[in-house]
Amino acid sequence: MEKEIIYLDEITVRFAGDSGDGMQLAGKQFSDTSASSGVDVNTFPDFPSEIRAPEGTLYGVSAFQIKLGSSSVNTHGDEIDLLVAMNASSLKVNVNNLKVGGIIIANIEGFDSRNLKLAKYTSNPLEDGSLKKFNVIALDIEAIIKEELKGSGISPKIVKKSKNFFALGITYWLFNRPMEPTVKWLNAKFKKDADVLEANIRVLNAGWNYALKNEAFKKQYTLQPAKFEKGTYRNISGNHAVALGLVTASKKANIPLFLGTYPITPATDILQYISGYKKYGIRHLQAEDEIAGIASAIGASYGGNLAATTTSGPGLSLKIEAIGLAVMTELPLVIVDVMRAGPSTGLPTKPEQSDLFQAMYGRHGEAPLPVLAAASAADCFAMTIEAARLALKYMTPVILLTDGYIAQGTEPWRIPELSELPDLTPNFATDPEGFAPYIRDPETLARMWAVPGMQGMEHRIGGLEKQNITGAVSHDPENHQKMVEIRQEKIDRIARDIPNLEIMGNADAELLIIGWGSTYGAIKSAVDAKTKEGVKVAYVHLKHLNPFPSNLGDVISKYKTILVPEMNLGQLRTILHSKFLVPIIGMNKVQGIPFKTSEIKAKIDELLSEKEAVI
Amino acid sequence: MKTLLEEIISKPHIGTIEYEPKDFKPDVDVRWCAGCGGYSILSPVQRIMPELGIPKEKIAFISGIGCSGRFPYYMDVYGFHGIHGRAIAIASGLKIGRPDLSVWVATGDGDNMSIGGNHFIHGCRRNTDINVIMFNNEVYSLTKGQYSPTSHKGQITKSSPLGALDEPFNPAALALGAGATFVARGIDKDRNHLQYLFERAAAHNGFSFIEVYTNCNIFNDGAFDSFTKKDVREDMTVMLEHGKPLIFGKDRDKGIIIDGFKPKVVSLTDGKYTIDDLLVHDEKDSTLAFILGNMTYNPDVPRPLGIFQSLERSSYNDSVQAQIDHEVATKGEGNITELLVGKESWVVK
Repeated sequence: MEKEIIYLDEITVRFAGDSGDGMQLAGKQFSDTSASSGVDVNTFPDFPSEIRAPEGTLYGVSAFQIKLGSSSVNTHGDEIDLLVAMNASSLKVNVNNLKVGGIIIANIEGFDSRNLKLAKYTSNPLEDGSLKKFNVIALDIEAIIKEELKGSGISPKIVKKSKNFFALGITYWLFNRPMEPTVKWLNAKFKKDADVLEANIRVLNAGWNYALKNEAFKKQYTLQPAKFEKGTYRNISGNHAVALGLVTASKKANIPLFLGTYPITPATDILQYISGYKKYGIRHLQAEDEIAGIASAIGASYGGNLAATTTSGPGLSLKIEAIGLAVMTELPLVIVDVMRAGPSTGLPTKPEQSDLFQAMYGRHGEAPLPVLAAASAADCFAMTIEAARLALKYMTPVILLTDGYIAQGTEPWRIPELSELPDLTPNFATDPEGFAPYIRDPETLARMWAVPGMQGMEHRIGGLEKQNITGAVSHDPENHQKMVEIRQEKIDRIARDIPNLEIMGNADAELLIIGWGSTYGAIKSAVDAKTKEGVKVAYVHLKHLNPFPSNLGDVISKYKTILVPEMNLGQLRTILHSKFLVPIIGMNKVQGIPFKTSEIKAKIDELLSEKEAVI
Repeated sequence: MKTLLEEIISKPHIGTIEYEPKDFKPDVDVRWCAGCGGYSILSPVQRIMPELGIPKEKIAFISGIGCSGRFPYYMDVYGFHGIHGRAIAIASGLKIGRPDLSVWVATGDGDNMSIGGNHFIHGCRRNTDINVIMFNNEVYSLTKGQYSPTSHKGQITKSSPLGALDEPFNPAALALGAGATFVARGIDKDRNHLQYLFERAAAHNGFSFIEVYTNCNIFNDGAFDSFTKKDVREDMTVMLEHGKPLIFGKDRDKGIIIDGFKPKVVSLTDGKYTIDDLLVHDEKDSTLAFILGNMTYNPDVPRPLGIFQSLERSSYNDSVQAQIDHEVATKGEGNITELLVGKESWVVK
């Protein structure tokens, strides 16, 4: 049978099914295999906060979206080109996001009367003509698998669980991807379970062969490899990148890593990764609560370890008092907040950027500290190194903000050589001669790190105000004023030590977009697209939120219109307002889902056309 | 390969480690109230420090908030005055990250039983090798006199002018229930006994908890007089000594027997019981420890003092180290570049 080959620049694929259908696994395999084939990928797992929600329900749908591209892919895609829908509910919750003309691969078995009822369909969308805008390929996956495995003696239970590999096999054929990486992965995963291994490999191949032979599949898609900088790459999630960043930072600092933390969605992966890194000499404590997580980290930092604690919004709230202690004792500490939609329990599995105020101001007393935000999954590595650098160099706790989107989403990451990374060697106090705990480096204002075990430097520190230099407890009014100002000045001076903002898009524009955190992907894609169209729009992306890069004020002063898109009600906008006293337009999305590129593009159009209208 | 941290902390100590107690007194005034029971804890702690046989720079005292929180300032070793309730959590991180240190915690009944209660029970079960001295004065003193989680029911304080309605914690029983391996109790009026308890705690590899009945002569004066005053102490308390029968009384004429699971006071002079009938203390018997712990608020028996339990179990920090050593021994020391590259990478040329 003749198959047509279609050449594409980019395409968005979404695997959707029940929580137990293995869609996350299929999606991850598809994206990893695609990435290693050289295209750029960006992924977004989208799952309910229930572990195994009741089967077939609308709220139990678990999905994994992947955008592939021959040029730089910054988001997981606005609209879906290819939807794998394992049941009626997964079609229903995703069909509105499917492009006209897009492909639906539907598993017929998931559209029986029970599933239709659970999805609140009154008639079967596969039969009632309601999907005629799309290209629907309906097939009974389980029946095909049963046929394929007939006589193999493999149990029906295993057959049922292997449906995701059939769907994966089909998508591999559609994009002409190699099967070897997944076969290799299966071999490692199920080496002790020969039946499951055999079934999954056969089913994966069956999916491929089905698509090859079945005339419903007329087209195969080809994407040219994207242009990447030379180097070794892997597909990585933000949480994984943070974990690797912490380990790497401890190596670069040549001190041991201690992670004191407590499980919380969506930050838990970091703990899980690091807990397996024992052979790197890493110590971790899964503490009894968030407070013990950070308190133990402060104890370890006092002892000279590179200490970190990881959390999400509610956990950061619990850690706040202890963060003040780290500010007061001037101890290095990396605090990673993987933001999720709040307040309170909020939407635990959904991203938001609403912890910025908490990170900046959420402490009693004057307690400044550096606040950083990673722009993408891969950027989480570099920003973790940066957080450790600032913490160690300036003897301060640092908050690194990521969010559920980039923490769980993946993209290709160029693995740096260790020699490319900054030297993080800390400044330990080793000479008791003239030692005092609060003597400061005149340049950075950082005190030295005087750890227990050093002879002749026994001293006491704590949460009470310190006498400048000696570190003795002091209630002196003048001294308190001085110490408060020194702690502020120390953080302010970090602005000298961070890179200036670079203007992306077209610097010679009237409209400037200021982004921070995970909105990078959507804004960058929109700005690139508008620039290509000849529209003038400038873009800067903040990774350092406290202090800001030194040239931010200059940049802001050059533009007539400033837009700040953020996943909150205007937290960065408010900070910029108060600091630079200029009008700023907010674009605020708090739906637990990231911005779409199209939304940013539409906003750019709106702002620029308003301007024309005024003229 | 040694890390920079290991390098600096493994420098040999210069000079003697034959210390005197005065070597642990820093040049600051102790600012507890005159007559505070805290002095009776500080002095035996300073007295046992030379016996640890380690350089003083290897000793760290961690505290939370309350009158006990000032303790680190009064010890000329490394000290960290933390925040309310979190001393055990801070100390745990320090000990896990720095197993070479002797780590001590000074805390109080409010700090440790109330705001820090969660860290306390988890500290007990985790068995990190830290020594926790709890000043129990049955009142919040630094906030000037409110009832605490160990105040007795009906206690009149500034925040319970009509009498406290809460039932008190029994700290020793709580520690035992939470799995602490070393649980002891002493009184401020018996410094020599406290010294013994602190020595034993220091020698214990694991979590040691010493509750000290500490008189607050400002806000709860005489709270323990009913059983600690010289004239009544021998009749109202019983000393737990490993391998010895539970005898008490001014004339050593009373003892404790076990009737079913219940401890009962018997006379050794009425001809019914002899020493051989008495309960013999065994620090290694955790069932017995529970029974003894539960004697605390029982008005029919004397208040037990001494070591309720001392069990040997691997400490958390040792287990962490053992896991690291095992991983390194079986898989080799981790190579960071291999970790970064992982198993599913590709090269772009």
